[in-house]
Amino acid sequence: MGPLRTYFHKLGSPRWFFDLARPWGIGFAVVGVSLLVVGWVWGLAFAPEDYQQGNSFRIIYVHVPSAHLAQALYVAMGVAGVTALVWRVKLADMFIAVVAPVGLAMAGMALATGAIWGRPTWGAWWVWDARTTSMLVLFFLLVGLVALRQAIPSERQAGRAAAVLAIVGTVNVPIIKYSVEWWLTLHQPASFSFSSAPAMPPSMWMPLVVNVIGLYSFAGALIVAGLRNEILHRERDAQWVRERLAAGGARP
Amino acid sequence: MASPQTEPLLSIRGLACSGGRRRLFCGIDATLRPGDAIEVRGANGSGKTTLLRCAAGLLTPHAGDVRRAGGQAPLYLGHKSGMSSLLSPIENMRWHLALAGAVASAAACGAALEQVGLGAERHDPCGNLSAGQQRRVGLARLAMSDARLWLLDEPFSALDAGGRKLVLALIAAHRAGGGGVLCATHEGLNLPDAQVLRLPL
Amino acid sequence: MSIAIAQTRRDLAIVVRSRGEALNPLAFFALATLLFGLAGPSPETRAAIAPGAVWALAALATALSMEGLFRRDVEEGALEQLLLHARPLWPAVLGKLFAHWCVTGLPLVVLGPVAALALQASTDVLPALALGLLLGTPTLTFIGAIAAALTAGIGRGSLLVALIALPLCVPTLIFGAGAAFAAAAGADATPQLLWLAALLAAAATAAPFAVGAGLRVSQEH
Repeated sequence: MGPLRTYFHKLGSPRWFFDLARPWGIGFAVVGVSLLVVGWVWGLAFAPEDYQQGNSFRIIYVHVPSAHLAQALYVAMGVAGVTALVWRVKLADMFIAVVAPVGLAMAGMALATGAIWGRPTWGAWWVWDARTTSMLVLFFLLVGLVALRQAIPSERQAGRAAAVLAIVGTVNVPIIKYSVEWWLTLHQPASFSFSSAPAMPPSMWMPLVVNVIGLYSFAGALIVAGLRNEILHRERDAQWVRERLAAGGARP
Repeated sequence: MASPQTEPLLSIRGLACSGGRRRLFCGIDATLRPGDAIEVRGANGSGKTTLLRCAAGLLTPHAGDVRRAGGQAPLYLGHKSGMSSLLSPIENMRWHLALAGAVASAAACGAALEQVGLGAERHDPCGNLSAGQQRRVGLARLAMSDARLWLLDEPFSALDAGGRKLVLALIAAHRAGGGGVLCATHEGLNLPDAQVLRLPL
Repeated sequence: MSIAIAQTRRDLAIVVRSRGEALNPLAFFALATLLFGLAGPSPETRAAIAPGAVWALAALATALSMEGLFRRDVEEGALEQLLLHARPLWPAVLGKLFAHWCVTGLPLVVLGPVAALALQASTDVLPALALGLLLGTPTLTFIGAIAAALTAGIGRGSLLVALIALPLCVPTLIFGAGAAFAAAAGADATPQLLWLAALLAAAATAAPFAVGAGLRVSQEH
């Protein structure tokens, strides 16, 4: 095995992941926080005003990254679900446990910022636009996933049930998106749609890219920290965790 | 290569399980050959049922390996009867047999129920039977089963002296026919030539 | 195949003997229709929302009925016997779901149009509504069964079943209601009905495996 393969092999085992992922977590946190600070200042203070929406469009720098991230995290959970069920990788099951609440928060943030943005733009807090509606369904899929996990007392059982549901949900997300789009383009005037919006100038979309990467990195840091926590919790009876806690001065 | 006659019906290697937050047992080894019996003994909560569920394949162990011969499903008689309280013993029996891929006539099921002393109640809903009578419907499953591996969880529970005798007779006949029995019991069945596995180790 | 038939026969026999229990979802459906009727301010409003209301209530009634799908079998230990013996598991799952659909889904195919009429929908809607329900209620049953299987080990999880199943029911609801609304507008409802058939085919292929996986997980205790 090459050194790189060994490294990734070790990354799959909770014990090794705990140590190996620490620098990753720190890296993600540093990159994420600095990009978000740069992106927000740039987007809120220096990017030009929208010629139609004025300053209210600036919420895009929070809205789009969170909406993007919520969807990406859901798909990642589906992939982790397959990994957990087929290859019985413990870490994949922990990944779902950690990611589901983060995804739920992101979907909630996307919906909230969408509503706040909708008020000045569309004149309504909520519009049954295809994107907002799909995001709402995704939000409820995540609510169901989190609720299922919390309802099952055994960690292993909860993890495997959540893996099954994440797979079922991921398969359904494109069908839901398509059907919602079909329904709303048929029954609603298309004037609310974003798809015909003119292309943004670089001075507007570049801070957006910075914010998207920043939020992804920040979420990466949260997930790594959450995974390390989850590993400690689940392996609390293992010798290495006891030793680690004893060395750190904490009682096992 | 071991012949089908001597090949173990069940072999367990390094089995470890935890129930909820507690580690129940680890490093369990056992081999059950045709004609053998193993009694798993231990106090309440020592993991007897968990061990049986692992052996049945209902539960994935934390570590270790369970092998059953020939891919045939074992007969598992657990705490729960597996009988619908709304159906009669005979209807329940026929569903169980259909699951196991066997086709049995109502007459054959009736004869098995007769054998366990439920001839008169064969058409009553199981919910109307006493706890001991419901256990006896389970015994009728033993009488009709062609599974070579039996997994019995507290087979004496709720049974009177006659019922206990019946269990012992069924087990003896099964072993004589080349079958194996793994049973969990807190009081001990005292089966002849049985291995005893005590939990916790 | 014989396992599927044995399972259907057993479950139907249980339904017949459990008396009213199986009728509860249908009573819920009728009662909720009454509430919709009272909440609609005018005949025109009622008629306008009728097809959508019928579909939403059908999804709710199916999701609520699902809690009972495995409850008895879990309590009485029949489920663990099923998991041990039925290999593969999917024929038994199909048999079970067919029995459940006969009792909750099939009556909705008849009750749905009746409810739409009670809400003063025009009679043009009825064929598309009935055909849509015939194609759509099995899909709702399959989706609900996944949620019921995942929560089978918990007990008393009816709200959780609905919470998990209903977001997944969105496409079926959209095309089902879409077919009825198309018929109401005098348009051809065939595309929507074909979509419903496609969703049913996909659900029938994939859901039994998801249900089986969910059931296995639920009994790992």
